[in-house]
Amino acid sequence: WHHSVQTKTKKTLAKPNIRNIVVVDGVRTPFLLSGTSYKDLMPHDVARAALTGLLHRTSVPKEVVDYIIFGTVIQEVKTSNVAREAALGAGFSDKTPAHTVTMACISANQAMTTGVGLIASGQCDVVVAGGVELMSDIPIRHSRKMRKLMLDLNKAKSVGQRLSVISKFRLNFLAPELPAVAEFSTSETMGHSADRLAAAFAVSRLEQDEYALRSHSLAKKAQDEGLLSDVVPFKVPGKDTVTKDNGIRPSSLEQMAKLKPAFIRPYGTVTAANSSFLTDGASAMLIMAEEKALAMGYKPKAYLRDFMYVSQDPKDQLLLGPTYATPKVLEKAGLTMNDIDAFEFHEAFSGQILANFKAMDSDWFAQNYMGRKTKIGLPPLEKFNNWGGSLSLGHPFGATGCRLVMAAANRLRKEGGQYGLVAACAAGGQGHAMIVEAYPK
Amino acid sequence: MEFHDPPISASQSAGIIGKLFCKFILKYLFLIGYICRNFTESSALLTRTHINYGVKGDVAVIRINSPNSKVNTLNKELHSEFIEVMNEIWASDQIRSAVLISSKPGCFIAGADINMLAACKTPQEVTQISQEAQRTFEKLEKSTKPVVAAISGSCLGGGLELAVSCQYRIATKDRKTVLGTPEVLLGILPGAGGTQRLPKMVGVPAAFDMMLTGRNIRADRAKKMGLVDQLVEPLGPGLKPPEERTIEYLEEVAITFAKGLADKKISPKRDKGLVEKLTAYAMTIPFVRQQVYKKVEEKVRKQTKGLYPAPLKIIDVVKTGIEQGSDAGYLSESQKFGELAMTKESKALMGLYHGQVLCKKNKFGAPQKDVKHLAILGAGLMGAGIAQVSVDKGLKTLLKDATLTGLGRGQQQVFKGLNDKVKKKALTSFERDSIFSNLTGQLDYQGFEKADMVIEAVFEDLSLKHRVLKEVEAVIPDHCVFASNTSALPISEIAAVSKRPEKVIGMHYFSPVDKMQLLEIITTEKTSKDTSASAVAVGLKQGKVIIVVKDGPGFYTTRCLAPMMSEVIRILQEGVDPKKLDSLTTSFGFPVGAATLVDEVGVDVAKHVAEDLGKAFGERFGGGNPELLTQMVSKGFLGRKSGKGFYIYQEGVKNKNLNSDMDSILASLKIPPKSEVSSDEDIQFRLVTSFVNEAVMCLQEGILATPAEGDIGAVFGLGFPPCLGGPFCFVDLYGAQKLVDRLKKYEAAYGKQFTPCQLLADHANSPNKKFYQ
Repeated sequence: WHHSVQTKTKKTLAKPNIRNIVVVDGVRTPFLLSGTSYKDLMPHDVARAALTGLLHRTSVPKEVVDYIIFGTVIQEVKTSNVAREAALGAGFSDKTPAHTVTMACISANQAMTTGVGLIASGQCDVVVAGGVELMSDIPIRHSRKMRKLMLDLNKAKSVGQRLSVISKFRLNFLAPELPAVAEFSTSETMGHSADRLAAAFAVSRLEQDEYALRSHSLAKKAQDEGLLSDVVPFKVPGKDTVTKDNGIRPSSLEQMAKLKPAFIRPYGTVTAANSSFLTDGASAMLIMAEEKALAMGYKPKAYLRDFMYVSQDPKDQLLLGPTYATPKVLEKAGLTMNDIDAFEFHEAFSGQILANFKAMDSDWFAQNYMGRKTKIGLPPLEKFNNWGGSLSLGHPFGATGCRLVMAAANRLRKEGGQYGLVAACAAGGQGHAMIVEAYPK
Repeated sequence: MEFHDPPISASQSAGIIGKLFCKFILKYLFLIGYICRNFTESSALLTRTHINYGVKGDVAVIRINSPNSKVNTLNKELHSEFIEVMNEIWASDQIRSAVLISSKPGCFIAGADINMLAACKTPQEVTQISQEAQRTFEKLEKSTKPVVAAISGSCLGGGLELAVSCQYRIATKDRKTVLGTPEVLLGILPGAGGTQRLPKMVGVPAAFDMMLTGRNIRADRAKKMGLVDQLVEPLGPGLKPPEERTIEYLEEVAITFAKGLADKKISPKRDKGLVEKLTAYAMTIPFVRQQVYKKVEEKVRKQTKGLYPAPLKIIDVVKTGIEQGSDAGYLSESQKFGELAMTKESKALMGLYHGQVLCKKNKFGAPQKDVKHLAILGAGLMGAGIAQVSVDKGLKTLLKDATLTGLGRGQQQVFKGLNDKVKKKALTSFERDSIFSNLTGQLDYQGFEKADMVIEAVFEDLSLKHRVLKEVEAVIPDHCVFASNTSALPISEIAAVSKRPEKVIGMHYFSPVDKMQLLEIITTEKTSKDTSASAVAVGLKQGKVIIVVKDGPGFYTTRCLAPMMSEVIRILQEGVDPKKLDSLTTSFGFPVGAATLVDEVGVDVAKHVAEDLGKAFGERFGGGNPELLTQMVSKGFLGRKSGKGFYIYQEGVKNKNLNSDMDSILASLKIPPKSEVSSDEDIQFRLVTSFVNEAVMCLQEGILATPAEGDIGAVFGLGFPPCLGGPFCFVDLYGAQKLVDRLKKYEAAYGKQFTPCQLLADHANSPNKKFYQ
């Protein structure tokens, strides 16, 4: 570790006159395939489990928490501010305000950086940031016509008026409206876009299957070796205690090759096996001003340093966020790719990760689309998502960001590195990257 | 009007064909799949200039890439190279299948070479060209090595006929990829087996729809119809430019399908839907088939008034193939193809095609400064229409009106125009919103300091136009062009109060702006070349076909229409019923009857124009008594917009009735008809000759620069019968002498309005003189 420090461009990313912000610790519920053990819960139940897990892990006195922020994507209408409902249920002080943010797959990242902003500006000292997603139950709505009829019926006073409203009913009003899995601006599903992206960068089916297999194998190894220490057990009411992620399934290339394309049929390359799966889960993290953490006697895990949000064309560059965000955040921090010891990138699809790799490794792409003179360069694979990623561990949309940061922080501690780089793509053509610096031991 | 599900009944399909024919003949003429190119001798000497192939594994990849051209065109050289290449492929033991693809982004094969047909002197020569293509495509169809057509970009006419002869078709699902048989729009038919293969491939009703409307079919629709077997999504940026990589990807996908077909892992047969199966079954019943032919034929006759021979021949050829077998079908196709290529109608339509290509170019070159910010004054029908076609193409547009109500109406018109495209699936709702955000509605001149061009579309009143011109000049930057959208006020008079008359120009749009393709640009003596270049560039961006004319009363289009309108009034005064007049004009080939046209234009507008031009041209524009229009206006019969004109217009009522209140007005102005010039044919020719004579005079006086612009202006702006090719083409085809004779006969009856102009007389005197050589 000491050796690696000496080779860094910068000794630390601390900046004069700016508060250092630390992650005291972070936890998550096991990430489960949707429709399994969490299927009868509501989102705030899962979020509550992460919050109580965090309380237990850190023993933070509830009254010192100044603010709570959660990310989520598909909102349960009954708990639209799920952060508040979960916090109340988890026994946090009713005097602690809470709000919910949404930014597709980087919602938890947004929760964290919002917290960073509150602390850096001196508004707060202690913030809990997290995220939750429950894909087992999604709000399926009545059609607009049916909703209108029901609202009109509500307003109708007399029997006559009611009958007149009811007479407008048509059978097709009953057709339900599912929450869009497609990009609103382009009507294209993300899997379809990922398949096109993979094709644009000439990523083969085999490369994608190989990468997915790597993710599952590394996740399995990490799970078996007990490295996924951010996971806290969750006693699900009426069911057994869930202790592990259940989507990790290392298969074989032969088995994977048998699958038919899931989006572009019959000749596409993105399949169920090389995509992240619909996941239920929640994460939570305790963030503090460094001096506050030290005053309270904590030994923080990491600093949260520079971060960057980017956005680009939601049609053809939907999932290239990491490519755009990585060089920007490195430049902002004054680091190079060589300074990074642990990369934690969100794996939406194998094809998306590999397309980002090819983009990062291409001078042509850098010159024509990023306004850079040369390519960014590839992250070394031996430092990349070493404990598995979203493909294998799962991807509860609103919760993944905190998992990435904790994986980076825990890996730096375990592997002995100083700087971690977290990056993720998100619907809407957006992206995020953040530098995590290990807290000196 | 879009046609999303497989046709169920013949009558339904015929109805659609009928309605579409006239609309599409104008709308899609410029998209036609016939391209004229002259290949240089040297390129013809080289071997394989158009086609090359490489072998990937056991798949031959045949790449079409005609040199020095943005498009591939099916001509003799390409044809013979294709035969050579196919023979090598068939002879090779290594090759088991093939992919046919174009190396040009945006174009598979845009059609056959129009000049190849124009060069033929006899129907037999044309028939021979057709038969050669038929033979090649038949060999291709029977190939034991499967050939996959990988289509990206336009696949039209002969290009489509080639593609449907292949065993399998894969198309890129983008807006540039369109398939179609536009031959009918040139007055001919698909002459390379298309009339025989398409009915088998997509069913008889859908094949009729394609061939009789000539419309372009987007890739996704083509897939639903069974015209293509697979779609490939266009790709975004990767390690190469998107277009390049998309073609490469299309090729990769096509290769896997070619292999699959050769290995018999993929079947070229397509699963048909239930409706399609039922339609196919119904078509096996002779009685049903006869009914289909009959219905389609009736509709075509009704819509074309028998003025266009091609659609009827298409029906005939398809029928021959189905009823008498392929051999008879192919023979009939090639013969009718030859006959049609020699018709006047075909020559007229091809002339229009050439004219249109010409009018899609900016002869003034690129303007010094691109117009990026446009401002429009007046949010009326015209102003909002101009705004719609501008925001649509990404121009940031300010729309200014004097009142909030007027502005709101205009903004709603733009929104509705865009939203209608969403309903037709030509735009997504998101694209609509994003386009609509290019429009800023306002009541003041805020932002005009950034405008590169201002188009005024305020009421047709000279003093008002002067006022806005002065107001605008106070706020716009120096380089800004001031364009006036007027149909009759001379631009030089408008420019008289300008501080910078070199920046003033006329841009005469036609209503409805989003549907009418023509833009008449009017330059004054003082208009600078760069101002003209700017105006043409903006018009082209708006998707317009542009004629540039000199300033003068009524410019070109309004001026030609005026004597004809005066004649309309006289004919009505002479006791011809408006319905009868309408039917006489439409049966001559005008898309809208003459009386209806007055109602559509607006009686008050017609009166305005008649008065203005009457003053300018005096007796020559006499004829009918303008009092008729004056009385109509005073009674509030302004035409469609007021609900009453010659006809009564009611919301939702399709068949309009005559306005009986007109009887007394017409009775009070009645004049006795002159029997020697009042036959139906004479009435038609009185209208047409007055139009044509004035058009030729515009050329004579230099208002028009070229006959081609005169033809395009008349057909696209005024609805002059497309089958006649425009007034100048009509003089050439009908004969100047015969026209002069007619004019003289009418001159004898009525006087000066029919005196043939000098240029027309010159043409009559020397039969070798033609407007088109």
